[in-house]
Amino acid sequence: MQAIEVHGLHKSYKDLHVLRGVDLVVQPGSIYALLGSNGAGKTTLVQILSTLLSADAGQVLVNGFDTATQPRHVRESLSLTGQFAAIDGVLTGRENLLLLARLRRQPDPERAADALLERFDLTEAASRRASTYSGGMLRRLDLAMGLVGGAPLVLLDEPTTGLDPQSRIQTWHIIRELAASGTTVLLTTQYLDEAEQLADRIAILHDGTIIQEGTLADLRKLLPPATIEHVAKEPTLEDIFLNLVGSASTPEGATS
Amino acid sequence: MSSAALHDTRLLTARSLRHILRSPDTIITTAITPIAMMLLFVFVFGGAINTGSSESYVDYMLPGILIITIASGVAYTSYRLFLDMSEGMMLRLRSLPISRSSILWGHVLTSLAANAISLLLVIGVAFLAGFRAQASVLDWLAVAALLLATTLALTWVAVIAGLSAKTVDGASAFSYPLILLPFISSAFVPTDSMPKAVAWFAEHQPITAIVDSLRSLLTGSGVDASIWVSAAWLLGLLAAAWGLSLYVFARKTRG
Ligand SMILES: Nc1ncnc2c1ncn2[C@@H]1O[C@H](COP(=O)(O)OP(=O)(O)OP(=O)(O)O)[C@@H](O)[C@H]1O
Ligand SMILES: [Mg+2]
Repeated sequence: MQAIEVHGLHKSYKDLHVLRGVDLVVQPGSIYALLGSNGAGKTTLVQILSTLLSADAGQVLVNGFDTATQPRHVRESLSLTGQFAAIDGVLTGRENLLLLARLRRQPDPERAADALLERFDLTEAASRRASTYSGGMLRRLDLAMGLVGGAPLVLLDEPTTGLDPQSRIQTWHIIRELAASGTTVLLTTQYLDEAEQLADRIAILHDGTIIQEGTLADLRKLLPPATIEHVAKEPTLEDIFLNLVGSASTPEGATS
Repeated sequence: MSSAALHDTRLLTARSLRHILRSPDTIITTAITPIAMMLLFVFVFGGAINTGSSESYVDYMLPGILIITIASGVAYTSYRLFLDMSEGMMLRLRSLPISRSSILWGHVLTSLAANAISLLLVIGVAFLAGFRAQASVLDWLAVAALLLATTLALTWVAVIAGLSAKTVDGASAFSYPLILLPFISSAFVPTDSMPKAVAWFAEHQPITAIVDSLRSLLTGSGVDASIWVSAAWLLGLLAAAWGLSLYVFARKTRG
């Protein structure tokens, strides 16, 4: 069974046809990166996977459960860190994590919270109200909240946007650890090097469909190695991406 | 409610109660306007108002002040719900394997607790201002039940407002007419002193029935027909507001 299976997914907002037949398979235990320009529909896809939005057409299976008919099982199978912080600013960092740990019925919520605070370098700020956190600290707390409960599938919508280089590398490290422990990770990102660094497979979402999908090596084969430089250089993912997506064309405002 | 739903509701109520404990000013502001109104009416206008009864004016108008307290208190529920909707917390909660109704009930139960405290504050000040009740323990229980039912019904109205609002100000705007409604009822002056059309409205709107019931319970004159009219209004409002809340919640979160 696959961690995620998406077949012929369509989604429109009024007359803006954002997803036009998306097909996607994510294998358990892998790190899967979803690339796409602003407005390509990454967040829309992630929200459909996590049952926050419903699909107009097509089938979406998470851990074998259908998002349309078994949303409860889907929610038990995954945890989501959305693109925008979802934190209670009145509560402290620790209280936020404790709330999540209790809602997810962790046997030892205190320990779960403290371990995550430690892991995300938030121990010192743990008893401060989250509204006093810096942007990067909020993002880290948000990521930590997304890991409470150890769901088999973790969805991360632009996990490292707004993080400094050090926190970013730390987050990559945590994502690799998750995958190593068998958790499936689907992440969206604007940073192509992030996908290059982390992902087992990469999908490019453009004009409402997945236009390319494969390992980094697969995608590299799409472009011949650049020969302009003295030493033959493999194309970076950025080269491939820009080549595939073309110049700054985005589907924003496009109608079906 | 299943035990899982109770568990989630308890956690989310504790969360939202913490918001109140961290900003007790929300309770103070809820209580302060009705208290100021009460003092103003009792010590400034009261002498000029003829209620046509022997009771002191503070005894006469306290029920109306209590309704105003509730009407302004529930605005915080729509405010907090609006923040959850706009700040992403709602998305997080909805992505969790928890009972969906607990998300709303956490706010509703918090509203009941916060309004109970505000009401006690207002009643305390009323005592200082000379309010005296002739009510038996049973009468007081009936008063508590009526106030609770009013709070519950108006809180569900607040939930609708909080879920549907587009701006913070919009979220609490629904409470202004609610706060004004007691003025066009028997709360502050007898309805027969009003112009005919206004009096007709006043006599047929729910606040008059509720205020009359509260007043007769507090003055120890027992229950009259107004209690059944109040109960009918409150149950009807509760059912309608609760139903509509669930409908709006389902619509807003369906995507
Ligand atoms: N609730 C909504 N109502 C109407 N249109 C929406 C809504 N949410 C998203 N859209 C539109 O759908 C398109 C896809 O949005 P989405 O947020 O999924 O893109 P994205 O790939 O996550 O972009 P970004 O990289 O900027 O986060 C955009 O054109 C956006 O304006
Ligand atoms: Mg997005």
